[in-house]
Amino acid sequence: MDLIYDLLREAIAPTTAAFALAAIGLNFHFGLTGLLNMGQAGFMLLGMYGYAIVVREGGPIWLGILAAIAAAAVFGLLLGWPTLKLRGDYLAIVTIAAAEMIRYLGRSQNLNALTGASTGIRGSDFKGSFEMLSPFPDEQVTIWVWTFHGTRSTSWWLLLVGWALVALFLLMFWRLSKSPWGRVLKGIREDEDAVRSLGKNVYSYKMQALVIGGVIGAIAGIVWALGASVQPDSMGRPTTFWIWTLLLLGGAATVFGPVLGSILFWCSLVLVKGLASLLIPESVLSTQELEPFSLMLVGIALMCLVIFRPQGVLGDKKELAFND
Amino acid sequence: MTDDMFADVKHEPGASKPDPIVVADKVHRHFGGLTAVDVEHFEVQRGAITALIGPNGAGKSTFFNLLTGFDKPQTGDWLFNGHSLKGVSPAKVARAGKVRTFQLTKALSRMTVLENMRLGASDQKGENFFYAFAKPLWADREEEITARAHVLLKRFKLYEKKDDYAGSLSGGQRKLLEMARALMSEPEMVMLDEPMAGVNPALTESLLDHIVELKQEGVTVLFVEHDMHMVRRISDWVVVMAEGKIIAEGPPSTVMQNEQVQAAYLGSHHDEDLSELPSADELHEEASE
Repeated sequence: MDLIYDLLREAIAPTTAAFALAAIGLNFHFGLTGLLNMGQAGFMLLGMYGYAIVVREGGPIWLGILAAIAAAAVFGLLLGWPTLKLRGDYLAIVTIAAAEMIRYLGRSQNLNALTGASTGIRGSDFKGSFEMLSPFPDEQVTIWVWTFHGTRSTSWWLLLVGWALVALFLLMFWRLSKSPWGRVLKGIREDEDAVRSLGKNVYSYKMQALVIGGVIGAIAGIVWALGASVQPDSMGRPTTFWIWTLLLLGGAATVFGPVLGSILFWCSLVLVKGLASLLIPESVLSTQELEPFSLMLVGIALMCLVIFRPQGVLGDKKELAFND
Repeated sequence: MTDDMFADVKHEPGASKPDPIVVADKVHRHFGGLTAVDVEHFEVQRGAITALIGPNGAGKSTFFNLLTGFDKPQTGDWLFNGHSLKGVSPAKVARAGKVRTFQLTKALSRMTVLENMRLGASDQKGENFFYAFAKPLWADREEEITARAHVLLKRFKLYEKKDDYAGSLSGGQRKLLEMARALMSEPEMVMLDEPMAGVNPALTESLLDHIVELKQEGVTVLFVEHDMHMVRRISDWVVVMAEGKIIAEGPPSTVMQNEQVQAAYLGSHHDEDLSELPSADELHEEASE
């Protein structure tokens, strides 16, 4: 019974919404344009820093959001400028390295005053003004089967904002992917030179896609940070790979793929962990070993997915699968 | 009519034409020590079908890439309708009214045939990020584009396939799709890079007819081809390249009798040299990757 409750909770948790958002951003990159951005966690981390630092220093919420967006946009422009003229794989190399650079820079002692180095920025330093806006009471609130705090950290308020943002960006993705603009991006995904020969400025379109997806990643970072704190090491390479995983799981280039993928991914992790702790005695597998063990099982499940359903749950095999 | 066009044109390399749409001067492109293209002077007659032929490694495809902005030469200048296209990006060349196709067909496989066609259209405001949000701003133009796509698809006998993914088409149908897509923007000139390569013989005739139809609509055609049968059937004027240079020009009926052309094709010392070296086209492909 506890396990079912945990699953239900995980399905709507702010983290799930944050990852769905980051995956929507990546869907602009990869699903529509075919850009291999291996540094989505870097965009998220920049968004977190942008928001948390501005708000901690007394700035209003809107300015924090603006700072997050600006940081991600500038990062996207800087990454894209030298690499988007080259073949796709180079972007992957540059983005993975650049995201790590952001993380190491954030961790460095020299920036302690700004980023809090490896300890990061405590939630209480920047979450207050957001939590003050909550329309929910300042206590545990139970709605149907779910119990969350009304305002603090992983709260109903953050849930509402997080999923509203997911809905907003889903709508945006749907509208844009079905527009002539989205058509040009899909053309670029298929063959850049063909699109060039038809009179479209490929470089500019790729840059637009990179920046938009990155900005959505930064907003995902804010949602994540508001549910926890700013911690550079939580935005390392594994985070990027999880985002990729859940995007492909749900189905790249589909509208709802990122959301379904995020829910499935996090719930299956909880399920595997829960079942393992129930069924496997402590003498065989200690509590500390549960987490890596369940990640391993999820990994195996994903390998099966690649083999048996390469287009993801919602994807159309003819349009985009990850084995071709 | 076309015979008249070329009546006063000399049968020599770099011959000037009565109404040239493309004029190129001193275009030189080398990859390391290998000269791929070294064209002194070159003109394409407006409203005619011009064939660019030559043995493997003659630099035809490289020259094509240079004229369309896909590659940049070390020196030289070339005009389209009197405007220099030197250093102009491929996208702008296309927007200026000169659209090309590729030797290895570039059908956008995982888009439908109709979407492929729509992508070829110009002046769609909805291709701007901000306009894209508001469908009413681009829906009317989209209807016009779709209507034109339907007409072209019917003409190229692809209408029944319009909702299929382009990847499901046969090689010949992809060539047809690429040609039809190039016509979406109503270009003044189309440049076809080996339109017959890999096309099954049953489709060859209809493809040739389509090219002749283009001319009848006033579109200038320049194409690269190996198949001499095709060159003789549809071209008004033939330009022969070998080792990066234009070595002969003339009408299709007589140009193959030119001694230099025969030497280039049938092997003299030229060919032996070239066979030792990688061809210019191969080198170019490597360089552009």
